[in-house]
Amino acid sequence: MDSVATFLNGFLPEGLTTLIVIMIKIVAILLPLILAVAYTTFAERKIIGYMQVRMGPNRVGPKGWLQPIADVVKLMFKEIISPTKASTVVFFIAPMLALAPALAVWSVIPFWDGGVLADVDAGLLLILAVTSLDVFGIILAGWASNSKYAILSSLRVGAQVVSYEIAMGFALVGVLMAAGSMNLSEIVRAQEGGIFSWFAWPLFGLLVVFFIAGVAETNRAPFDVAEGESEIVAGFHVEYSGMAFALFFLAEYASMILVSVLTALLFLGGWLSPFGHALDDVPVLGSVLGDGFHWLFIKSFFFLFCYLWFRATFPRYRYDQIMRLGWKILIPVTLVWIFAEGVAIAFGWKPWL
Amino acid sequence: MIRNIKHFIKSFTLFDLLQGLGVTGKYFFKRKITIQYPEQKTPMSPRFRGHHALRRYPNGQERCIACKLCEAVCPALAIDIESEERADGTRRTTKYEIDFFKCIYCGFCEEVCPVDAIVETHIFEYHYEERGGNLISKQELLAFGDKHETEIAKRKAADAPYR
Amino acid sequence: MTFQLFVFYFFSAVTLLSAVAVVTVRNPVFSALFLILAFFSSAATWVLLEAEFLGVVLVLVYVGAVMVLFLFVIMMLDIQIDTLREGFIRYLPVGLIVAIAMAVELILVMKSGVFNRDIPEPAPLSVSNTEALGEILYTEYVFPFEIAAVILVVAIIAAIVLTHRRRTGVKKQDPSKQVRVRSEDRVRLVKMKSEERQ
Repeated sequence: MDSVATFLNGFLPEGLTTLIVIMIKIVAILLPLILAVAYTTFAERKIIGYMQVRMGPNRVGPKGWLQPIADVVKLMFKEIISPTKASTVVFFIAPMLALAPALAVWSVIPFWDGGVLADVDAGLLLILAVTSLDVFGIILAGWASNSKYAILSSLRVGAQVVSYEIAMGFALVGVLMAAGSMNLSEIVRAQEGGIFSWFAWPLFGLLVVFFIAGVAETNRAPFDVAEGESEIVAGFHVEYSGMAFALFFLAEYASMILVSVLTALLFLGGWLSPFGHALDDVPVLGSVLGDGFHWLFIKSFFFLFCYLWFRATFPRYRYDQIMRLGWKILIPVTLVWIFAEGVAIAFGWKPWL
Repeated sequence: MIRNIKHFIKSFTLFDLLQGLGVTGKYFFKRKITIQYPEQKTPMSPRFRGHHALRRYPNGQERCIACKLCEAVCPALAIDIESEERADGTRRTTKYEIDFFKCIYCGFCEEVCPVDAIVETHIFEYHYEERGGNLISKQELLAFGDKHETEIAKRKAADAPYR
Repeated sequence: MTFQLFVFYFFSAVTLLSAVAVVTVRNPVFSALFLILAFFSSAATWVLLEAEFLGVVLVLVYVGAVMVLFLFVIMMLDIQIDTLREGFIRYLPVGLIVAIAMAVELILVMKSGVFNRDIPEPAPLSVSNTEALGEILYTEYVFPFEIAAVILVVAIIAAIVLTHRRRTGVKKQDPSKQVRVRSEDRVRLVKMKSEERQ
């Protein structure tokens, strides 16, 4: 990156150079992300298929590997229809509003030691703030469609997301108490030293709560009342077609990947190797089993797999059950856990430090 | 009391949910039962009822004698027959049409035919490319029978002992 | 004009324009959206002032939670703007008086020179914004902070108490009761010998 900057500095003003370098970095993060989203949809269909004792898509390209590309091409060539009585401007802004925050959060995610676009001090807070904007896209889509199903769905989503944000925030409070920082790289570094110093062990309850809240936050099964195909057709995106629909899809899957990566970063030590530094001196194994992006990939893949696993396993929650779970179970559990953690920190019992 | 505590622990460790995940997790590794259709096919009975065909005697004479029993028995009224008397005094069909959109592939026509003229073959992969293509004329039915005669004869022979 | 200044003017302009739009736009949903835009751009100006904690919290609390509920209510209530605007002109004198009074006050304050201070040096970047705020909140201002927290809790409880009423004759399901049900309570498995054939 630095060499690119010095090369550009030769004939461009400095402000422009920084802008171009940042742009290159953004593309370097977003392109793989969008590719990952495409292949998550493929993985979803394959994995759910396998759990239902069938094969899943395997016709387009070798073993079906080109299926997501075919899907994208199909969606791109579809006409985007807006209902006559829809509020046109909001109708077309809504998918972008859903997608923009889902992509913006990735600016503070560290992929390896130092591999982060913006090393913000209050990174965790920023993530919480920007993900909370996700819901606007959905609410506005529901309202602008001028459809009863869509607005019902957006009302459900609004209440659900706002409720689960609290449980999620509390789980994050536990993490930042343990790490003593809100910077994501710092949080990962606080878990240095092998599998037993990860936050997953002392904060196991918060890990579970965080992931459940994450699933609810992204409106995925079993909390997908926003879609509820049996009662409200497809929810907020009934009226959307073509690329406008694809943007919602992209936003949903980008947030899914985000929650998986976040869980890996906050509780499973991100890019840190489970073996710590014990194997660093071994010639080949040292680099393979040492710290690196591949560990983050494996860990977040596990959580992403859990997402799909849940979808294949659990029936949808009823709406009042979702609310009860969020307010009456998850929030008290996190509060008790944080209290216990606070006591432990006050007395200096920090087994993980 | 003990039961309540047990239930409490069970629900807080998400026991039931994990059990459910275990079931789907097990099925993830099970052998898949999907048949990869165009390459793999399920075994087919010789009695399979697919596309119709009109057969001929080995000497090339058409079997159908225009008795119209099939037309009468057809529950979907898919068969339409017109007949005439030929110069040699035999009664033959001038028109033998089956509307494949009406046909329910019950096999009654085959069952009722006194001369085994109309049969249902094993062929089920066919399509029409034009409107009206679903009306299969006598010529087409005869040609279809001629084309697949050996296969039809083999299957009818295989099924004969059970009739 | 430096880049920073440009960004500042851009976000301030957006804030002002969207704030004006909040009151002028006809559709209440659009006004709510412009309010969100105003919040967002003022958060951006705060970030520009190196108060990133405040900026992020503004987005988190106001945009992420309060405005969602706002939009919620606006969307659910089918507001008829025409009937709302019917008697507007009657309030014009009162409104004008208030507006003039406020303008005079603002001008007086501006003239008094309260704002003519030197721009304070930004705090050194060694301590993160969040940490500095936390430090101050929990040491110097711990009692006001706790009191504010207690007041908020009281307000929450009061809101719940005021709005929560038990209606009779409602056939509502209680999910916690439903969850607590066990198969043993409802199903009795009976072992029986097969009966003789008659």
